[in-house]
Amino acid sequence: MKSGGSLSIWFFIGVSLAVNGAVIFARGIYETISPPPPELRVVLYDLHANVWWGGILLILGVFFSLRFSPARERARMAKNS
Amino acid sequence: MNLALLVLSSSTLVHLSPVDLIIIVFYFALVLAIGLYLKEQANTGEDFFMAGREMTAWVAGLAFLSANLGSLELMGWAGNSYKYGILAAHWYWIGAIPAMLFLALVMMPFYHICKTHSVPGYLKLRFGPGAQAISSVSFAFMTVLMSGINMYAMAVVMRVVLGWDLNFSILISSITVAIYVALGGLRSAIFNEVLQFFLIWAGALLIPILGLVEAGGWSGMKAKILQNLTEQHVANPGAYTHAWSTLGTFADNPMGINWVGIVFGLGAVISMGYWTTDFLVVQRVLSAKDLRSAKLAPIIGAAFKMMVPFIVILPGLLGLALLRDPHTGSLLRLVPADLAWSPAGQAQGLHGYDEVLPLMLARYCGPGLLGLGITALIAGFMSGMAGNVSAFTTVWTYDIYGALINKNASDEFKVKMGRWVTILGVIVSIGTAYLVMHAQSIMDYVQSLFSFFIAPLFGTVILGMLWKRATPAGGWSGLLAGTLSSVGMYTWVKVDPGAVRYVALSSQAQDQAQNMFRALWCCLICVIVTVVVSLMTKPKPDSELTDLVYGLTPIPHEEKVSIWHSPVFWGAVVAAVFVILQIIFW
Repeated sequence: MKSGGSLSIWFFIGVSLAVNGAVIFARGIYETISPPPPELRVVLYDLHANVWWGGILLILGVFFSLRFSPARERARMAKNS
Repeated sequence: MNLALLVLSSSTLVHLSPVDLIIIVFYFALVLAIGLYLKEQANTGEDFFMAGREMTAWVAGLAFLSANLGSLELMGWAGNSYKYGILAAHWYWIGAIPAMLFLALVMMPFYHICKTHSVPGYLKLRFGPGAQAISSVSFAFMTVLMSGINMYAMAVVMRVVLGWDLNFSILISSITVAIYVALGGLRSAIFNEVLQFFLIWAGALLIPILGLVEAGGWSGMKAKILQNLTEQHVANPGAYTHAWSTLGTFADNPMGINWVGIVFGLGAVISMGYWTTDFLVVQRVLSAKDLRSAKLAPIIGAAFKMMVPFIVILPGLLGLALLRDPHTGSLLRLVPADLAWSPAGQAQGLHGYDEVLPLMLARYCGPGLLGLGITALIAGFMSGMAGNVSAFTTVWTYDIYGALINKNASDEFKVKMGRWVTILGVIVSIGTAYLVMHAQSIMDYVQSLFSFFIAPLFGTVILGMLWKRATPAGGWSGLLAGTLSSVGMYTWVKVDPGAVRYVALSSQAQDQAQNMFRALWCCLICVIVTVVVSLMTKPKPDSELTDLVYGLTPIPHEEKVSIWHSPVFWGAVVAAVFVILQIIFW
């Protein structure tokens, strides 16, 4: 995708999803080990949404970051030119 | 007492943890980094104002959708679905999908072939400088006001939800938007819109998923809504979960509208006007790299637009089913914003309709997820501002300065002007934000009027593209008559509320129903005046209409592509899914 130098928009999106996913996943793991008091828990706390949702975002983010990494984009552009 | 002071006295809905703050700060750092990175790719007018016309169909399509997916839109329509039920989904289905497909398959070739920089630019080529001047001045005026309203709305939401200071929110958001749009131009705005699209889905998708789990699925949610509304003696409680079956008469549904208003007012006029002629969204598609991408972009946008009700309308319905007062356990009934933010409403701890999305966010999202949800809202507000500012900058530079003040400005000068006008646009927006803060009613007026300007514009553009007999005098006089009549009808109802039975055909018509009928009438007035004046004036010769009018424009032969890359095929798929959705939620 030609959309601005060797850094693709999808790379930025990958980085964003990966960082957010990692932070949310880590917080979810921490809460699983050290649960907050019941009065501070959200509804459906027992589903541990931050663990699995953070994990999904992290996996998607890593996939996008690697698939559209600057090195791969440069290689692709060199091949096309 | 103005809204700002009222909000200052309110308690906050949620409290952020350090993890949430990390996510928010990371978002701001990322968008500034994108702006700095893209500065190097914004050297010419085509680069700065049209993103080099090199966007792929996916990027242009997601930006096309995201330009409309701001937080005002998300929170407002979630609130509307709480207020009107699933009828609000029409704004995402019949109020968007047919128009997006029409733009893709019928109108896009003309916009693409004539290489215009803007919709007013097309009007100049087709109808001359008169129509361009009316369209560009009204558009520039309204975009900069809308940008300020976005800024103010974001500050209020941050105050209500998080307890942030209004001035702090306005300052931080405006400086960030000014930096990244002034540096990277439209490309920067588009990058951030696509990023915002992903953040919104990542931040909001959990709400309907967890909500449906809690409610016991779709049927469980419907049963709870029916039970809650019956308990509160709401008329026609079953109408809240049916999209079409209650539109036979005005009195059978919570919106006070019938199918004529939805199909013709919304589907045929407002939606067509907005999605095909509002330069804010059309500009994103004009940045596509070739005609096939330009045709595919709105189709990709339409496919995702059909799914947006899942993260906007469904949370509103789930709010109707599930929201309860955390202290008493009784049903929580949201109320109109002016009542919620009145001193009495604040004292009773009332919440407005538009707060349903943050309330649902706070219900299910703990630390981390809450930060992502709030970031999605901030991203939506900022991209709304950036979209308005980038569209304003282009229209000012090409259609006002370049057309009316200095016709010989160099490309280099236009880029320089674009950067300064971006900053100026943000400064004017800040002024608008403070103006709205001290005169809250302006917000309602401007948002309503903005959509009314669009309806007659659609009449003018579509006649210009499809009817070669339309003349320059017909074009600008029709546009002027349509615009003045829309403002006139709006003022009439404001001065004499009883007039609503003439304008909207029913005294039961609610705000949205009034908007639909007003748009329908002003578009018809525009078309009638354009046709009558055109028939009385001399038409342009065919040679001057090449590349501008259907029948006189040779559509370039598209490359041979497989069916999987064909815009017509994917347009048909989107249309089929759209019909199926209407049947499912009939």
